Amino acid sequence: MSLALTPAGPKPQHFSVARLGVYAFLAISAAFFLIPLWVMMMTSFKTMDEIRLGHILSLPANPTLAAWFKAWSSACTGLACNGISVGFWNSVRILVPSVIVSIFVGALTGYAMSFWRVRGANALFAVLLVGAFIPYQVFLYPLVRIFSMIGLYSSISGIVVIHVIFGLPLMTLLFRNYYSSLPVELFNAARVDGAGFVGIFRHVILPMSTPIIIVAAILQVTGIWNDFILGLTFAGRTNQPMTVLLNNIVNSTQGEVEYNVNMAATVLTALVPLTVYLVSGRWFVRGIAAGAVKG
Amino acid sequence: MTSAPANPAPSRLRARLRAQLPAALALAPAAIIVLVAYVGAMVWTVRLSFTSSKMLPVFDNVGFAQYQRLFNTERFIFSAWHILIFGVLFIAGCLVLGFLLAVFIDQRVRFEGLLRTIFLYPFAMSFIVTGLVWQWFLNPELGLQKVVRDLGFPNFSFDWIVDQNLVVYTLVIAGVWQSSGLVMAIMLAGLRGIDSELWKATRIDAIPTWRVYVSIVLPMIAPMVVTAAVLLAVAVAKLYDLVVAMTKGGPGLSSEVPAKFIMDNLFERSNVGLGTAAATVLLVTVIAILSPWIYAEHLRPKRGRR
Repeated sequence: MSLALTPAGPKPQHFSVARLGVYAFLAISAAFFLIPLWVMMMTSFKTMDEIRLGHILSLPANPTLAAWFKAWSSACTGLACNGISVGFWNSVRILVPSVIVSIFVGALTGYAMSFWRVRGANALFAVLLVGAFIPYQVFLYPLVRIFSMIGLYSSISGIVVIHVIFGLPLMTLLFRNYYSSLPVELFNAARVDGAGFVGIFRHVILPMSTPIIIVAAILQVTGIWNDFILGLTFAGRTNQPMTVLLNNIVNSTQGEVEYNVNMAATVLTALVPLTVYLVSGRWFVRGIAAGAVKG
Repeated sequence: MTSAPANPAPSRLRARLRAQLPAALALAPAAIIVLVAYVGAMVWTVRLSFTSSKMLPVFDNVGFAQYQRLFNTERFIFSAWHILIFGVLFIAGCLVLGFLLAVFIDQRVRFEGLLRTIFLYPFAMSFIVTGLVWQWFLNPELGLQKVVRDLGFPNFSFDWIVDQNLVVYTLVIAGVWQSSGLVMAIMLAGLRGIDSELWKATRIDAIPTWRVYVSIVLPMIAPMVVTAAVLLAVAVAKLYDLVVAMTKGGPGLSSEVPAKFIMDNLFERSNVGLGTAAATVLLVTVIAILSPWIYAEHLRPKRGRR
C-alpha cells in the first residue's frame, strides 16, 4: 500500500461557499482533537487554587512547574508516594528487551516462513493470525498459572516474554509480507553460493530489512509503552509499568484530588509515544498501513 | 556451508532435509508460542468454564452451570448491553468521522500535513491517557459543563459521565476521539489510489461531488472500509483500559463491559469458573463475527498471488 504525496480529490474552484465549508469542517474537527491536549497541558501548569475556579480552557495565570515535579517524584498511589518516575523506569526496563526480542523473533519467523518452505508453516501462520483477533482475556488466566509454575510470574522477564507472545502475530505478519515482496532470485543466488539458513539471514536478508525493522520498532515501542492490561496482570507490584502507575495515581481515592498533578503525570506518560509519533511522521502511518492491510 | 554430496540420489533428499532443519528450528519459538500460549491457553480457559473453579482451578465437571449462572448475572447482562451500544456507535462514529476527515483533507487543502498530524495524534496515545483526559475534561463541577455555564448558559447541562443512563456515550466520545484518526489514515490511503481521471469524467457529466463520493468513491475503497471496521471491532472486544481509566465501570454498573467483567472475576473476585465462562462467550462471539472476514481476506486461496 503506497501513500501517494499528491491529493487525488477533485480540483477545487477558486473561492466558493463549499471551499469555506471544507475549511470550517476541518477547523472544527481540529479543535475537537486538540482541546483535550490543550486542557491536559494547561491544567498541568496551574495551581489547585486556579483550577478550582473552573476555567478549564484558560491559560494559566501563574504558570508553574510544581505539579510536574510532584507528579514525577512524589505523587501518591495510595500505597507509596514515589511519583510516576518509578513507572517510567519500569516501562523502560520492560520496553527495551521486549522490543528487541519481539522484533528478532518476528523477523526470524517471517524469514523462515517466506523463503524456506517448511511444512506446516502456513498453518502456523493462520493460527497466529486468528490469535491476533482474540481478546487477551481468553488467554490470561492459564498464562498466569503457567508463568507462576515456571517462576516467571511478576518479573521483568515474565512481562517481556508476554510481550513477545502477544507481539508475535503482528511482527510475523510484517516481516513475512515484507520478505515475500523481496525478489526470490536474491535468495536463490545466495543458496547457489552455498550460504545456509543463518548465513543468508545475516548477510543478505537482515541488511535489506532496515525499513521494516523501523516500522516494527515504531509499532512495538508505542504498543508496549501504551500497554496496560498485560503489565497489570504479569509485571507484579514492583515492576508496574507507567500506565498502571498512572492509573493508580489518578484514580486513587485518598485525600484531595490534585488535578494538576494528575494531568502532569498523564502528559509525562503520553510523552514517549507522542515523541515517537511526531518524530517518525510518515513511518508511523506506514506502520499502521502495514499492520492494517491484508497480507 | 554444505558441499555437494558424493552419491546423488538418496542423499540429495537428506541434504534437502538438512538444509530445511535450521528453518524448522527457527520456527520452533513461534510453534511453541502458538501451541502453548494461544491454543493451549484457549483450550484451558474453555475447559475451566465447565468446572466449579473458585480461586484455584479444579478439574471437576459441572456442565453448563457456570453459563447458566453467567446469564443470570445482572452485571454480565449489563456489560453485554453496554458493549453492544458502545460497539455500534463507536464503529459507526469512527467510520463516519474518519471518512469525512479523509475526504475533506483530500480537497487540496493547505496545511494538509499539520491537519493529518492533529487528527492522528490521539491514536498514538494509550486508552489510559485518553480515559484520564476525558474524565477530567467532562468533570461536571470543573470541566466543560462549567465553562459553558460561565459563558452565559447557566442551564447548560453536560454531566453524562456521572449519569447512569448516559455514561456509555462518554466512552463513545473518548473512543471516537482516540481512533477516528486511524480510519482517516487508512481511508486517505485509499482515496490517494483513485485515478484522477474519475474527477474529470464526473465533472464533464456534472455529477455533484458528494454524489461521486457516496456512489463511486465509497464502493471503490470498500476494502479499506472493511479493514478499518475489523480493526475497530477488535478494539471493541478488547475494550477494558478506557473503562478502567475513565469510569471504573460506574456509576454503579452503568459502564461495565465484558472484558472488565472477566478480569474482575478471574483476578479479584475469585470466580475463575464464571470468569472463564464469560471469556468463552466473548471468544465465540468474536470468532462468529470475524470468521467470514478472516476466511475471505486471508485464508481463501488467491489467484495470481503466492
